[in-house]
Amino acid sequence: MHQNTQPLVATHIEPLLTVNDLVVRFDSSRGTVHAVDGVSLSIKPGETLGLVGESGCGKSTLGRAIARLVEPQSGSVRLGGVDLTRLTRSGMRPYRRDIQVVFQDPLASLDPRCTVGMLIGEPLRIHGIGDRRQRRDRIADLLSKVGLSADSADRYPHQFSGGQRQRIGIARALALDPRLIILDEPVSALDVSVQAQILNLLVDLQSKLGVAYLFISHDLSVVEYVSDRVAVMYLGRIVETSTREKLWSSPAHPYTRALFDSIPRIDTGDLGRRRHMVQGDLPSAYNPPEGCHFHTRCPRAEEFCAVESPILRTVADSHVAACHFA
Amino acid sequence: MGEPVLSVDGLSVRFDRKGGALTAVDGLSFDISAGETLAIVGESGCGKSLTALALLGLVAAPGRIEGRSVKLQGRDILGLEGEALRRLRGNRIAMIFQEPMTALNPVLTIGEQIIEAITAHEDISHQKARDRAVSLLDRVRIADPRRRVNDYPHHLSGGMRQRVMIAIALACNPALLVADEPTTALDVTIQSQILELLDQIKRESGTAILLITHDLGVVSEYSDRVLVMYAGRKVEERTTRDLLKSPLHPYTRGLIAARPGRHHVNGLRTRLSEIPGMVPSLAEMPHGCGFAARCSFVVDACRIARPPLIPVGADGAVACLRIEEARASEHAAARCDAY
Amino acid sequence: MALVDIVAHIPPARIAQDNAFFRTARQPSAVVGVLLLGFVVAMALLANQIFPGDPLDFVGQPFQRPGEDPSFPLGTDMLGRDLASGIFHGARISLLIGAVATAMSLVIGVGVGAFAGYYGGKIDASLMRLTEFFQTIPPFLFALTIVAILQPSIATIVGAIGVTAWPSLARLVRAEFLKLRHGDMVQAEIALGASDMRIIFRHLLPNTLAPIIVSASVMVATAILTESSLAFLGLGDPNVVSWGGMVGAGREVLRSDWYIATLPGVAIVVAVLALNLLGDGLNDAVDPKQERR
Repeated sequence: MHQNTQPLVATHIEPLLTVNDLVVRFDSSRGTVHAVDGVSLSIKPGETLGLVGESGCGKSTLGRAIARLVEPQSGSVRLGGVDLTRLTRSGMRPYRRDIQVVFQDPLASLDPRCTVGMLIGEPLRIHGIGDRRQRRDRIADLLSKVGLSADSADRYPHQFSGGQRQRIGIARALALDPRLIILDEPVSALDVSVQAQILNLLVDLQSKLGVAYLFISHDLSVVEYVSDRVAVMYLGRIVETSTREKLWSSPAHPYTRALFDSIPRIDTGDLGRRRHMVQGDLPSAYNPPEGCHFHTRCPRAEEFCAVESPILRTVADSHVAACHFA
Repeated sequence: MGEPVLSVDGLSVRFDRKGGALTAVDGLSFDISAGETLAIVGESGCGKSLTALALLGLVAAPGRIEGRSVKLQGRDILGLEGEALRRLRGNRIAMIFQEPMTALNPVLTIGEQIIEAITAHEDISHQKARDRAVSLLDRVRIADPRRRVNDYPHHLSGGMRQRVMIAIALACNPALLVADEPTTALDVTIQSQILELLDQIKRESGTAILLITHDLGVVSEYSDRVLVMYAGRKVEERTTRDLLKSPLHPYTRGLIAARPGRHHVNGLRTRLSEIPGMVPSLAEMPHGCGFAARCSFVVDACRIARPPLIPVGADGAVACLRIEEARASEHAAARCDAY
Repeated sequence: MALVDIVAHIPPARIAQDNAFFRTARQPSAVVGVLLLGFVVAMALLANQIFPGDPLDFVGQPFQRPGEDPSFPLGTDMLGRDLASGIFHGARISLLIGAVATAMSLVIGVGVGAFAGYYGGKIDASLMRLTEFFQTIPPFLFALTIVAILQPSIATIVGAIGVTAWPSLARLVRAEFLKLRHGDMVQAEIALGASDMRIIFRHLLPNTLAPIIVSASVMVATAILTESSLAFLGLGDPNVVSWGGMVGAGREVLRSDWYIATLPGVAIVVAVLALNLLGDGLNDAVDPKQERR
């Protein structure tokens, strides 16, 4: 019933992946968006880093930049000593075995004209792993790992329910035995009962396979459930990173607190709780506020917040926040 | 509580197709009083959105709305057509949709759209309608409404657009506001603003609100009573407080237990409880309880006939034959946890 | 919302049967198109069996009306050539030119559209300028000029039609590719390490096949019309019989002996109509909105 959620690593263990000062810009006729604006983070082997934020905060772009699905303008993404951002596309190919991606909408990310067997076997074929028979065995093995019957291999994605399709997406990501899986809103399109099935599956797989997750979601309760550590993003920047316990027990950044306060909760003992709501709208990403991006909505903001960008400072052991008052 | 604003009796929505009709909403009955929010909660495909659309007669062929009666302030509106239906919509019943951008006309200013909603039902001068539009924008807490009234929808953020939708909905002081997943497309910080706004409107003007949602957290904080739908049918209806404190139907229990969050005890992660399997398809709806195939308390009797709605407490009801057994197992589980 | 829900609850097996083939078979216009096209194809296939010998040979009295002589059921032209034989053999030429020219346009159009849509940027810009260059000249005049400069022969006619008919297809394929290019399907393939060629040919092309097939059927019809028009203007291959050439030849005696120009004209109408009906039916069948029902 209970399982250990602490990463089975001590702090001195080398991170699996280190992102340093990563910048992704998009130019369009309306101007430039700094989708990812100097982000640094690290993920240790076998741990889950939750990445949470509202729409347009750049969390998906950050995930895709780590997998080299969008090209960063500057900064580095190091995987075991290799800077992935400096590799050519073909040079990147061998490293793709280590980093896999699961997308929000499996129907959009799975080719509707391929059978499930073809889809799950494709990464093996691309990387020239095994012969036909070995691949077939591996497909059956992967299907059973994610809780699908072996005969699913001959069917098409549209013949499955949303939750089953996400299982297919996960099986495909597991095919190459990656060390890191980037999960981009993997349960956001699912109903809550199915969502629980997929979350349990992800947790089980991690404890069996020791794979690390970058779990991207807008849903704080989902992130709380799966994560060992959590990073909070706002308008392209990480505003706070901490362990799950510390973030939930003592959030340091006003935005993190605002997020927590905004989630409607089932707190049966506390019905009718009235909260501190965040005022105003999310500013346009084309024209983010000067200084601290959050100062326009922050209850604690003072004049210099509009001038000076706060840097991430250590507020406690393995807990950093980018706020002048933290 | 007095006369309910809306009283629905035996509402069904069927889709005719070769090989027999599919029943998407099956004999739904409920009341909503003035100043009350009734939440209909359920997973996708349970028929909750269709119920909302059916109230406004918005189900298109091959869909068919049936029922004994749908009374709005005592008057039966079921089967209204043409002009009578048009006068009803937006006037006595107003609706807010999930995606405000698709519900707003991109080539008209928001002021023009609010004015249109007013003049469609009331014979007043343009200037008066315009003043009313400005005061409506003010009422939905849009800053600087005199200037904003000339904005086009694309100038506004998602949350602002939903405020405009609410302003349009309020244009004729409706008795009933139907909100179909009004915040599902919005960010969590904006969601709380919009739901808070709806709550204030309810308290100020006594509007009855039918809130369609999949989010039990929203239900918990913003509704007075809850109706849980599963596979087109009502499985449980209780006051929000009772339902969340002591859910009776196994499906309701499953929904509440499957929510992630607060699942760590002393740093250890406990497994989420799943509801096994999936919703039966409309074409293969079982004769008995729709939840039987996924229920851990199922007995043969559940599969033979639809469980009737059993009254619970003052005005609650639950459609389950096995409430006592489910309750007993919960007590057993609670004792286990204590060790 | 409601319809999507309903569709989500249709058992999978029924969706599987509900594929493009079955939907095409349910379109009345497609059925008529297939029947007519089958008739034209049968004419082409059986031409040698039913009418052995060269259809350009003078085999009887000139100006025999249809039914006058049982051995020439559709009569003869002003030089005493068998009109029925000409129409049957003409079907071969028309279908051959239509098919080969379309195949050529498909290769060019799909290639240009796929690479422009997939790679975008400078490749897209230059390929699209090329496409626009071809589109600024009316395709028929372009083909006419090419055939006039080179000597008219089946090969030059096919080449001229194939080289001028592809731009609209290239635009169609580019648009479809652009739609899919930034979708999660391609992103997922890149994340797996798939090469560009694998993504283009194994995933994107099969997913754009439906509209390509629809427009190909119409392109065959257009190619048949273009060839007929060229032949009508005297730019047909002089060594083979062609419907357009027959119409052109009969034009001078249209007042006295209308059937000489009209009968091959009817053949053109039937063939083009068949292909357009088929294209229409296919279009309705692959329309995603139809899939919802």
